[in-house]
Amino acid sequence: MKIKITVNGTDTQGDVEPRTLLVNYVREHLGLTATNIGCDTSSCGACTVHLNGESVKSCTILAVQADGTSVTTVEGLATNGVMHPMQEAFMQNHGLQCGYCTPGMVMAAISLLKENANPTEQEVRVGLEGNLCRCTGYHNIVQSVLACAGKK
Amino acid sequence: MIPAPFDYKRASSAAEAISLISEYGDDAKFLAGGHSLLPLMKLRLASPAVLIDIARITDLSYIKDAGDHIAIGALTRHHDVEYSSVLKQHAPLLAHAAGFVGDPQIRHRGTIGGSIAHADPASDLPATTLALGATYVVQGPNGTREIAASNFYKGFLESDLAADEMLTEIRVPKMNGAGWSFQKFNRRAQDWAIVGVAAWRRGSESGVALVNMDNTPVLATSVSAALASGGSIADASQKAATEAHPSGDNNATAEYRTHLAKVLVRRALETASA
Repeated sequence: MKIKITVNGTDTQGDVEPRTLLVNYVREHLGLTATNIGCDTSSCGACTVHLNGESVKSCTILAVQADGTSVTTVEGLATNGVMHPMQEAFMQNHGLQCGYCTPGMVMAAISLLKENANPTEQEVRVGLEGNLCRCTGYHNIVQSVLACAGKK
Repeated sequence: MIPAPFDYKRASSAAEAISLISEYGDDAKFLAGGHSLLPLMKLRLASPAVLIDIARITDLSYIKDAGDHIAIGALTRHHDVEYSSVLKQHAPLLAHAAGFVGDPQIRHRGTIGGSIAHADPASDLPATTLALGATYVVQGPNGTREIAASNFYKGFLESDLAADEMLTEIRVPKMNGAGWSFQKFNRRAQDWAIVGVAAWRRGSESGVALVNMDNTPVLATSVSAALASGGSIADASQKAATEAHPSGDNNATAEYRTHLAKVLVRRALETASA
């Protein structure tokens, strides 16, 4: 099936099987491999991207469902080589260890601040409930999000 | 994991969706947010030959004040239920419970109608709408019919929906200031409830429903009857599992689930009565 998806501001077209997952379209058809596949069961959040500006798990969305939408991956966050403030906050606060969950964490965190620009620490923790860090590096991830929100 | 191959059809109206499901019959499934169906398909626990994507039927996504009840389009996402000012005012228990479904990413995709039609006894919204005395509106080839939530759930992942019918609207009576509580006991934030309780109370009236205490959501009518006849919360909550037939799994034995139900119903009623 032919689909058109705007990815990181660029119009893309693909001819995919209906069973193609959005994460596979992004990684394999477009070669944007920053979005990771973790659990592959919509539990871990490593595959989190934005669909029309909201965080979603791209392992549990068919590419055909995303036809006609706008998708942002972590590759689309920087502008002219300048990192997004959330990326900068993760770097400054050591919000990553092995880095595998980081693309999904950053995308989930940006979506979280869009819905709640001034969260408490507890609200950040609850807001990131859909993202697992197997290094258990949650403390600095939460600090990074609070820093980006100007609360630290 | 990638699902087994299937044909993909897209419906732009409820009538078109019903026409398509009538054409393909038992081999077809409706696809809304996909957050119950696609995981099953990836695990090969479901292998429909045809998916009928109904998510683009935008006129089935709404939350409207309809006088004595709030009408919610079946394709309204959990996120929109959670943040609805209309629901926060008139059915705050439902808005609150929607915030416990999955996680934010899942709530950006999953729909209230999809959750109810899937009829998973471990899901939060089937039990919550059951506690609230909701009515479900379904549309089929011969028109629409209304089904009381208390008559809808027939077995594990089985409902009163016929193969060629689609859930289109959920009608939730206004709570009119009733106290309420939603209790969800689980090990990890995003998990299904090991046991959950949705409860409201207004004077002698109450509604209490249980999550994951049987192969369907359970209306704890004995609890409400005990309260209506003047029983204390402590006594009423002892009747929490009267209508339930819990089973054991990796998380809990049936005996532990029964204990949890009594404790959580007591907590819920204490909050709802405060």
